[in-house]
Amino acid sequence: MLRIINGKVYDPVNRIHGEIRDICIRDQKIVEGPLPPETEIIDAKGCVVMPGGVEIHSHVAGAKVNNGRMLCPEDSADHFRAHTEILRSGCNGVVPTTFLTGYEYARLGYTTLFEAAVPPLKARHAHEELRDTPILDTGCYTVMGNNYLVMKALNEPDEISRREKLMGVVAWLLESTRGYAVKIVNPGGVENWKWNRGLVDLDTPVPPFDVTPRMIMTGLARTAYELKLPHPIHLHTNHLGEPGNMAYTLETMKALSGSRAHFTHLQFHSYDKSKRGGFASGAVAIAEYFNNHPEFTCDAGLIVFGPTMTMTADAPMEFSLHQMKGGKWSNLDIEMETGSGVVPIKYQPDSLVNAVQWCLGLELMLLINDPWRVFLSTDHPNAGPFTSYPLLIKLLMDRDFRMSWYEMLHPKVKEYTCLHDLTREYSLEEIAIVTRSGPARALGLKNRGHLGAGAYADVAIYPFFDDKQKMFSSASYLIKDGRVVVRDGAIKESFSGRALGLELPVKGELAGDLKEYFEQYSTVAFSNYRVEEEYTPRPELIRCG
Amino acid sequence: MAGISGLLVTVRTGKQGAEMMRGKMNPEYLDEISTLRINPDDMAEAQMLPGQKVKVSSSFGEVTVTCIASDVPRKLFFLPVGPVANRLVSGSDTDGTGVPAWKGEQVTIEPADQVQ
Amino acid sequence: MDQELKVHSDVICTFCGCLCDDIEVEVVDNRISKVKKACMIGRNKLMHAQSNNPDITIAGKPTSLDAAINEAVNILTNARFPLVYGLSSTTTEAQREMVEIAEILNATIDNPSSYCHGPGLMARQQVGLSSCTLGEVKNRADLVIFWGCNPLESHVRHLTRYSVSAKGMFHPEGRKSRKIVSIDIRPTPTTKSSDWFIQVTPGNTFEIATLLRALVANNPIGKGDDALIAGVAVSKWRELAEMIRGCKYGVIFFGLGVTQCRGRDINVEQLAVLVSEINNHTRFYAMAMRGHGNVAGGNQVMTWQTGFPLAVNFSRGYPRYNPGEFSVIGLLARKEVDAALIVATDPGAHLPADTGDHLKNIPVIYLEPHNNPTTEWATVVIPVAQAGVAASGTYYRMDNVPLRVKKIVDSDHLSDEEVLKRIKERITHAQNY
Repeated sequence: MLRIINGKVYDPVNRIHGEIRDICIRDQKIVEGPLPPETEIIDAKGCVVMPGGVEIHSHVAGAKVNNGRMLCPEDSADHFRAHTEILRSGCNGVVPTTFLTGYEYARLGYTTLFEAAVPPLKARHAHEELRDTPILDTGCYTVMGNNYLVMKALNEPDEISRREKLMGVVAWLLESTRGYAVKIVNPGGVENWKWNRGLVDLDTPVPPFDVTPRMIMTGLARTAYELKLPHPIHLHTNHLGEPGNMAYTLETMKALSGSRAHFTHLQFHSYDKSKRGGFASGAVAIAEYFNNHPEFTCDAGLIVFGPTMTMTADAPMEFSLHQMKGGKWSNLDIEMETGSGVVPIKYQPDSLVNAVQWCLGLELMLLINDPWRVFLSTDHPNAGPFTSYPLLIKLLMDRDFRMSWYEMLHPKVKEYTCLHDLTREYSLEEIAIVTRSGPARALGLKNRGHLGAGAYADVAIYPFFDDKQKMFSSASYLIKDGRVVVRDGAIKESFSGRALGLELPVKGELAGDLKEYFEQYSTVAFSNYRVEEEYTPRPELIRCG
Repeated sequence: MAGISGLLVTVRTGKQGAEMMRGKMNPEYLDEISTLRINPDDMAEAQMLPGQKVKVSSSFGEVTVTCIASDVPRKLFFLPVGPVANRLVSGSDTDGTGVPAWKGEQVTIEPADQVQ
Repeated sequence: MDQELKVHSDVICTFCGCLCDDIEVEVVDNRISKVKKACMIGRNKLMHAQSNNPDITIAGKPTSLDAAINEAVNILTNARFPLVYGLSSTTTEAQREMVEIAEILNATIDNPSSYCHGPGLMARQQVGLSSCTLGEVKNRADLVIFWGCNPLESHVRHLTRYSVSAKGMFHPEGRKSRKIVSIDIRPTPTTKSSDWFIQVTPGNTFEIATLLRALVANNPIGKGDDALIAGVAVSKWRELAEMIRGCKYGVIFFGLGVTQCRGRDINVEQLAVLVSEINNHTRFYAMAMRGHGNVAGGNQVMTWQTGFPLAVNFSRGYPRYNPGEFSVIGLLARKEVDAALIVATDPGAHLPADTGDHLKNIPVIYLEPHNNPTTEWATVVIPVAQAGVAASGTYYRMDNVPLRVKKIVDSDHLSDEEVLKRIKERITHAQNY
C-alpha cells in the first residue's frame, strides 16, 4: 500500500485540475482510501502528479526496429549504459536496445507503450522484443493495409459475403498476431511498389486483386467498428512526405468521415504545396476539417532536429527517401502482407523542408482545439527519438521558448508556415491529456490514463519547475502497478509489464477459400503461423465493445 | 619432386552434411571430410592417382587425405568443411575480420608415399 | 505390449536456415521412428536426435547435473576474461540467457556468424540491404541468382520450397517461368541445374559486383567486350546486367563463397550497393544463405539486447562491438580468453585447429545434445534436450521469419534455456555473497 500526499494532481478524466489530493494505492490499483495509518507515504510536495504516460504510436520492437539498430552501430558511441545489479546494459540514442527503451520511457513517466506496426509474419519477433522491454505494459498493432487475405476478401463481389470474410480475416489476423489494433500503412501502395508501379490514389486499382486504397480503408474501418475494437483503424495514409499531400489526406478524411479513425503522424501527411512545388504547411486546412469531425483522433509526429532513423512498413516511401538522400537503406518485403524500409535521416533547422515540417507539427497541435483528439508523438524514431518529449512539451507550453527556436530556422520558413501567429500555450492539464488521458481513451483503455478508483496504480510524479523541459525530463517517481519503479529519477526496480491484447467478440476464422489460398502461397504452414501464448506470458485482454 | 601448389577451398558437400548428422566420430563422416577434389590434369602433373593418399600442407599444418578427380578448375583444391581442413587454416590469419582463409589458403599437395 | 504411435505434422527441421516446417515425424514410445518430407540431412538429424548423447561429466568423469552446474559457475566466476560462445543451434530463449550471462560476467559474447555471414552483417551496417522473405521469392521471383553458394548440397530443399521449382502465385508453373543463374568458381549440383552457370576465378567477387554496378547503370567501363573480369568476358557480364534490368522481381542468394573469399565484408557491401542500385530499374533483393538453423536468431537477439549482431564485449559493463578484436577466432588465436561457456555449436569441428586448440588449454563448459569432437575434451559437459525435438522455442529462418519449434519427445535432460537459467541464477548468487 502506498499514499501519495501533497502533490498537485492532474487527472483530467476525473476533473481534477491541479488540486492537492491524496492518491491511495492498494495492491496494483488506485483505491478510494482511507488507508491504514502505517501506509508508506510519498510526499509529493512541490510536485505534479499525473497518471502514467500512454504512448500511442512508437516503433520500439520487431523486425524493422532491429534493422534500425543493425543499421546504426555508430549511435552507440555516446549512448550506452552499463548494467547494474537490477538493470541490464544497453546502448543507442536513436533506436535504443530493448531494456534501455523500457528504462528511458519509465524515466519519462510512461507506463503503457504500443508498438505501431507489426507485420503478422514477424509478430513473434515483436513479442520477443516487447518481452525484453521492461516495466511498461505493451501492445502492438497488426499491419493489414496490403495484406493479400484482406484484399482478396475485399475483392469478393457479394457484399454480405465480403463483410463476413473480411471480419473473419481481421479477427484471425488480430488473434494470430496477438495484436491490439488494425494498422494500415500506405494501403495498396506497398503492394503496388512491389510491381514496380507508381504511387496510388484513393481509387487506383492495385494488383493482384484490383482493390483500391479507398476500399481497403473503408472496409477495414467498418470491420473494426463491427468487431467493436477498442481502438479504431490506425491509419498511415498514402503519399506520406510528399508536398501537397494535404489534399489527398483531406480526401481520405472525407472518405472515412462518419467512421472512427486514428490518423497517425499527421504532420507527415499535411503538406501544402508552394507555388514552386515545394513544401508548405497545410495545418490550417487539415486542422479545420479535423476540428469538425469528432470521430477522428490523431497523433502529431513532431519533428526533432538532429540525427534519427526513419522506419516504416511504407517501403516505397523509404525507397524514395533513399533515392533522394543516398546513404544507407534497408528494405524487407514480406510475403503476402507488406513491406518495410529503414533509412537514417538528420533533420536540420537550416533546411527549409525540415523547418516547415517542424513548424507544421506544432501548428497541428496548436490548431486542433480538442486535446482529447490530438496526441504527442514523434512517431519514434521517425520524426525524432521519444527521449525528446520534454523538449517538445516545453515548445507547446512556452511560446517565448518556441519563438526562440523559430528564429533559428531557415529564414524563408515564415512564407510557408503560420507558427509565428499562434499564441496558444498548452496548460499542464492539456499536457496530461495529450500524453496520457487522451491516448488511453482513444485506445479504449478504461483502467489507464486516469487516477480514479479502480485504475491501475500507474502514477508519474514530476518535480515542479518553470522550465517545463526540466520538469518533464525525469520523473521524481514513477509508480507502476503500485510498485515504486523510479525514485529521484533513478530506476529502482525492473520487472515485466503486461501484454495488452484483445478479447474479440468472434472467433477469428478464415473462410475456406482464403485458408486454401494461404496454404498454397505462404511459406509457413497454417499451423505454425499463429503466435503461441508463450509469447505473451503476462497477458491482459481488453474486451471489445 | 612431384607435387603441385594452389589454393585450398573448403566447401559443403551433401554427404558431409548427411553423415555429420549421423555422428562426427563415424568413419563415413571422417572419410568424406578427408576426400580432396582435384582437377585430373593437376593430378597428372603431380603424378597422383585417383584414390591415392596425398599430403596437403600449408604454412599452418598438414593433413593426409584421399584425392579424387573432379571437374574443378586447375590449381583449386576442394575439401569439405570440417576438422581435417581446419588443420590447414589459421585463426591468426583473418585480415582483422574474424574470418580465416577458408576459401583460399595456399597449399602444396604431394603424393603421401613420397613423404616418407 | 502395445506401442504408442504418435504422428506429428508440420514439424520444423532445425538444421539449416530453411527451417522447413512441413516435416512429418512418427514417434513410437517416445522414440522417433520415421521422418517424412525432410532432406537427407534433416532426416538424419531427426532420426539421430535421441542417440549418442554424452554423459554429464567434469574432466571426463561422470557426475550429477548439480555438481556440473556448480563447477560451471566456479569456472565462470573465477575467470578474468571469459568467453560466451555459440547460440547458433538453440532457441532465442536460450540465446537471451546467454547474453545475460555474458553481461553479468562482463564477458565477451560471439556466435559462429562472426566467421560465416558476419561479413554480410558488417556490410549491412555500412550500407543496409534490400531483402525480402522467402515467400516473395516463391511467389514473385522471375530471376534467381545463386552467388557463391550451393544450396543443393547445403540447403537441400531451398530450391523446391522457395526459390526454383516452387509453384508461386505468379509462377504457377514453378521452374519454367524463372531464370536461374549461378556464379561460382567450380561446377556444383546447383550450377548444373541452373539455366546459366557463370564460372569465375576465385577471390574476385568485389570486382564482379563493381562491374555489374557500372553495367546496370549504363556507365562507361573503359574496357572492351572481350576483356576478362574474373575470367569472364565483359560481354557476358553485360548480358547478365541486361537480364537483371529486364526482370520483374530478382533475388541474389549469396553464400560463404561471397563472404569468406578475398575482400569478405567489402564483397557483400558492394553486392548490397549493386542490389540497391538495381532498384532504380526494377525490384531486386539479396539474401544470405544462413547455415545453422537459428544463427539468424542469434544475431537478432544480440542486436535487440546489445545493439550489435556479433562480437560484443562487456568488460566495461556495457556492450562494445568490434569484429576482429572480439570475434571468437581472433580471441582464441591470440589466447586472450581464460574460460569459455559454449552452447549449441561445435568448435572442435568448426574452428581452425590452431584456434580451437586454445580451448583445450582452458576450462570449457559445454552444453550439447550429442557426442562430437568438442565433448571429447570440454571440461564440463552438460547434455541437453535438443531444440525442436525435446525442447520448444523460437528459431529465425534465413529471412528472419521467426517460427516456434516444438517439443515432440521427452528427454531426460533439461533444455539449454533451463540449464542456462540455473547457471545464471547461481552466478548471480555467487556474485552477491
